[in-house]
Amino acid sequence: MPEVQQVEPPEGKEATLRTQPKWMDWLPTVRMTLLSILVALVFGAILIAISDDRVVGAASFGDAITGLGQAVGGSYWAMLTGAVGGWDAIADTLVKAAPLICAGLGVTLAFRAGLFNIGGQGQLVLGAIFAGYVGFAMDLPPGIHLVVAVIAAGIGGALWGAIPGLLKAKTGAHEVITTIMLNYVAASLLLYLLSNVNAFQREGQLNPRSHPVDTTATFPTIFSVHTGVLAAMVLTAVVWWVLERTTLGFEMKAAGANPDAARTAGMNVQRLYVYAMTLAGLLAGLAAAMTVLGQRLSLTTSVAGSLGFDAITVALLGRATPLGTLLAGLLFGALDAGGVQMQAGEGTPIQLTEVIKALIVLFVAAPAVVRSMLHFKARRDHGETTMAAKGWGG
Amino acid sequence: MLLEMRGLTKRFGSFTANDSIDLEIAPGEIHCLLGENGAGKSTLMNMLYGLLEPTEGGIFIDGEPADFESPADAIEAGIGMVHQHFMLVPVFTVAENVMLGREQLRSMRRLDRKAAADRVRELSSTYRLHVEPEPLVEDLPVGVQQRVEILKALANDAKVLILDEPTAVLTPQETDELMDIMRSLKERGTSIIFITHKLREVKAIGDRITVIRRGKVVGTAPPTASEAELAEMMVGRAVKLKVDKAPAKPGADVLEVRNATVIDARGTTVVDDVSFTARAGEVLAIAGVQGNGQTELIKMLMGLIEPTTGEVLLDGNDIGDYDPRRSLEAGIGYIPEDRAHDGYVGSFGVHENLVLDLFRQPEFSSRGVLRLDEIARNARSRVEEFDIRTETPTSSLDSLSGGNQQKVVVARELSRPLKVLIASQPTRGVDVGSIEFIHKRIIEERDRGTAVIIVSTELDEVFALADRIAVMYDGRIVDVVSPDIEREEIGLLMAGGGVHA
Repeated sequence: MPEVQQVEPPEGKEATLRTQPKWMDWLPTVRMTLLSILVALVFGAILIAISDDRVVGAASFGDAITGLGQAVGGSYWAMLTGAVGGWDAIADTLVKAAPLICAGLGVTLAFRAGLFNIGGQGQLVLGAIFAGYVGFAMDLPPGIHLVVAVIAAGIGGALWGAIPGLLKAKTGAHEVITTIMLNYVAASLLLYLLSNVNAFQREGQLNPRSHPVDTTATFPTIFSVHTGVLAAMVLTAVVWWVLERTTLGFEMKAAGANPDAARTAGMNVQRLYVYAMTLAGLLAGLAAAMTVLGQRLSLTTSVAGSLGFDAITVALLGRATPLGTLLAGLLFGALDAGGVQMQAGEGTPIQLTEVIKALIVLFVAAPAVVRSMLHFKARRDHGETTMAAKGWGG
Repeated sequence: MLLEMRGLTKRFGSFTANDSIDLEIAPGEIHCLLGENGAGKSTLMNMLYGLLEPTEGGIFIDGEPADFESPADAIEAGIGMVHQHFMLVPVFTVAENVMLGREQLRSMRRLDRKAAADRVRELSSTYRLHVEPEPLVEDLPVGVQQRVEILKALANDAKVLILDEPTAVLTPQETDELMDIMRSLKERGTSIIFITHKLREVKAIGDRITVIRRGKVVGTAPPTASEAELAEMMVGRAVKLKVDKAPAKPGADVLEVRNATVIDARGTTVVDDVSFTARAGEVLAIAGVQGNGQTELIKMLMGLIEPTTGEVLLDGNDIGDYDPRRSLEAGIGYIPEDRAHDGYVGSFGVHENLVLDLFRQPEFSSRGVLRLDEIARNARSRVEEFDIRTETPTSSLDSLSGGNQQKVVVARELSRPLKVLIASQPTRGVDVGSIEFIHKRIIEERDRGTAVIIVSTELDEVFALADRIAVMYDGRIVDVVSPDIEREEIGLLMAGGGVHA
């Protein structure tokens, strides 16, 4: 035997038995998300400061510092009380968060199946049209009316989700392109219905606006929170269960992570794409039901706001996990609710909340930025989860 | 030029890829770097080529410290590298590829193509490379493309040439030619660092052999050391290089392919009128150089592509139009050639990958709901049975070494009753220790009465396992031979039946 020989203990056997709780894996990710939020708030504070007279118009440096404290502290305090200061504020947060969570779950589900669903907006609009129409045009007994309207919303969204799914499965058309285009189609369809179709138009209105939905079709309110909010929580659990406990979820995740291996293992990846997009649309449609039947109570061209797009950022912030999406939705709901209070109480423009939201997502998407700002060491081997936009790869 | 690496260490976070490596390359020496996959050979070479920065230690040229910030510095210092995946522009000619990055200009900033072509001819004749300057790189066979890479390095005045697993893509004949070229480079004073895990080649060409295991130099050996000794140094324990197997007891024809032809999307006939049978209790090896239709043939058997014409019969039933799921359920086990691409889901845990094509069975799910306890129990027992080295049974496949990833795929496919086992490159990129184990399990499966089809480009593997050898060339099965055949003869068949001889 030539020269060196060294004896090493056999590895493996013992290590095999060691188990590590899975949530530990998420600690770096959670830490990075919290830091991103913190850094975004710091940037927000700078914006508050440079747009506040108490700071920029201060007579002395001391006054400027005092003004800074007042402006930033005041604004953020107003935001905090607006979001969680008392039950009404919390209720407001929850109502705003519910559709975000629900539509965010749709984006999350599709993402796990390897699909970048940009079409939440269009799916929401279709859901809203279906929910609204059932709500104001049909005459049904209380309870049943609401159930039918909610189901209709789900069907509307699911249909609009299924189209890009089918196009991808049959022709390979990229879902990013088709969902974006279908968003435009949906928006135009809504405008057309509200301005040209008698069944949708409300008399004596200059702006396109539908009849109000019947009270029999609205979500009942408990403690000033409509029951749709509860549904968002339940749906989070359902989506988690589907992804983690069912064969369908197993197949969708496999198809999302490695479609070739999934195909080789006998899965019908094409069909899974259709299922995933249909379910994603269904969730967006249910989000629309919460908005139309719980909040807005009639159709307008802006009934879906930018919910479908915010849903993407919520899913992104939630790292495409159901629980993460729930938490991110609550955060965004709180920012929305707090922003109103901030504007009303302190005169700080509500647009600031949009800036903060955007910055959070920016930092989450590019963790290296936060790391370099806070002088973290880069960790390559066991780092935080970054959500790569793998949508273009498929 | 004397090249020295002293105490080179590279850490990625808490993981030490290279631990204080000392290596000395004498002028005109062929220095073999032997090690399993993941032993740290590539990391070391990437530091030497300026792609990675050493955490500790340094590189010295003729005693002077050298600090490479980028490959450009390394090239400047006289180091050339031929990567496993060629860095050539396919639509450029050989001469254009060689002059790329160091173009000589004529007046009016016109490229001096003639000078480049002359340089190619000159280097080609000096080192007996047999490379012409005119053809487009994409039209050249792989072996010639590799020589273009070598020529490119020589054009940059490389004094030390790093060859990273150069024989992986070559036919046995091309390998012999490469060795001749290496000898002629050596004669003219060029040092070569030859990276490989093939013991036969190391012994044939090396002047000195350095063995690396888990990021450390575990020893050096002269080329006279036996293969068994070298393997033991590489793995760290005694390894059986030969599989113990009893003579096959072939049974009935299980899988029969009749006149199958596959024409791909580009209209090329990739499988050309192939017929063969696989018998129960026998290993049929399909030998051939990569890219001669084996991949498509196997995908056809698995239902991943349909035969354009011809039939595939399993126990007499035509399965030509089966999709993969039906093929699997009909009792075909499949170990794909590119495991990372087709064999497992990297982000999934070991336990999930072990049921990737079994999760529908009542044992692992009922009415669409996974039975997680059964999946976990299955994982624990397979990890034990197949000696899969993993931190936990739920660790992601990405965190495992290549050999253990392959063991997961093998364990999954062998964990249900099979009629046919198709294993494509079952030990590619797998360490010697795992090769031994995987070969043993494949032979056990044969002895259980399964018809086994092995596809391999490695002759060692073909000879170790096969009871019959079908040689594929250009989409056709050119001959079916017994494993008693000489290596040279089968090499000729793999190269097209002696056409190039």
